[in-house]
This record gives sequence, structure tokens and C-alpha cells, in this order.
Amino acid sequence: MKRSIAPLFWLPFGAGGMLAALIGPALVLITGLMAPTGIGLSPEYMSFARARAFAHHPLGKLILFGVIALFLWHGTERIYLTLRDMHAAGKLALMWLCYGAAGALTIVTLAALAVIG
Amino acid sequence: MSSARPYLRPVESLWWAHPPYLAYTLREATGVAVAGYALVLLAGLISLAAGKGAYEAWLGFLKTPWSLALHVLFLIGMIAHVWTWFQIMPKTMPRLALGERILPQRQITAGGLAVAAASFVIIFLIAKGTQP
Repeated sequence: MKRSIAPLFWLPFGAGGMLAALIGPALVLITGLMAPTGIGLSPEYMSFARARAFAHHPLGKLILFGVIALFLWHGTERIYLTLRDMHAAGKLALMWLCYGAAGALTIVTLAALAVIG
Repeated sequence: MSSARPYLRPVESLWWAHPPYLAYTLREATGVAVAGYALVLLAGLISLAAGKGAYEAWLGFLKTPWSLALHVLFLIGMIAHVWTWFQIMPKTMPRLALGERILPQRQITAGGLAVAAASFVIIFLIAKGTQP
């Protein structure tokens, strides 16, 4: 029997989905709305020095990598399955497009974290 | 089963834009918000690695009306994701039993939503408490 590789993608999909369900709304509100406008939070909340210190710390690195990579894998799995159901393109082309993008961006995330050191 | 001429039921190409499939399409569309938000964070991380000037340009982008509108859409998508995620959860997990009683799906959904709400409050308080 030919084995499907789909289950390999269900793990990051599920992990990313659970993480987004638990912390997604709060993160969007804090980093995308409150900190940039200074409403309810100091406008210096995401200043260069603070962001750099956060990304420098091993725990900060783990949080940044976990959130960015798992959110990407979760989102691209949904986009892949929906485009496939819409017959937007062939299955293999969509797999390369969606999983390829998620994989490449995961490597970029690791590289950026490594550069910050 | 004949593999020569399998019957293919005709499917309208825009099936996903009409009920009842529209609910499925909207639920799956929350993935665009989740991945889109990750892209914004990744852009910030890359600019953070590039240096102070690049990072402050990214912070400047976050202050634009475009970015704020985008994040309002992300927030709506995320909240829809939370809501639908815990509706799906009891359907995808093994049945949960407390002693003899099998926990109804509705209670698992309610429990998940309660944990998500508590998590929201905790992260909000951490953000408040770690302000400079």
C-alpha cells in the first residue's frame, strides 16, 4: 500500500491551530493594534532595544520561532486544502506552492533568529 | 469498479461560494489571517536582524492606517478561528469520558472556549505588566 504523506502536515497544522486559538487574538491586538497606536499600552512596548533583547533571549527565540513557523504551517495547510477543493490547480503544483512557501519561510525565520544571535 | 470511464458527478465551479459550503470556505479562510499575521511578524523579525533603521521602518508601517485596517481583519479572522477551532475539536478527538459519562461535544467546545478566554486575559495582563 502506498502511504500518504498527508499526516506529516497534520501535526504542524494542529499545533499551529491550537496555538493560534489560544494566543492569536491577544497577539494581534497587542502587536498590531495596541502597541503601534499606544492605546492601552506604552508606545515604546516594541522599541528596537526591547525587541532585540526579546529575540536575543533563548525563550524569546523559541516563542518567535514557534509562533511564526506554526502559524505559517497552519495557514498554508488550510489554504492548500481549500485551493485543492476549488480545483484551482493540480494537487502537486498546489503542494509545492503551499508547503514550499511554508518550508522556505521557516528557513528564513531560523536564519533571521541566527543573525540576531 | 471500472477505471476506464469513472462517473464524475458534475460540480459547479463556484460551489464553495454558496451555502452550505460557504461556512466551510469562511472557516478555511481564517487560515489566510493566521498565515498573514505570521508574515507581518516575520517581516518584523527580518528587519530586526537587519538593524535599527529597518526595524523602525517596520514599526512605522505598523502605524499606518493600512496596517491597522489589516490587523483589524486579522483580529476578526483570529476570533473566527478560535470559535470554529473549538467547534471542530470534539469531532476530531477521541471521545472523552469522565468515569461512566461520555462528555458531550458541546461541553468540550465550551471548555476549549473558556481556556481560550482565560489565555487571552493572561497574555493581556502579561503585556500590561511588562510595559517599559
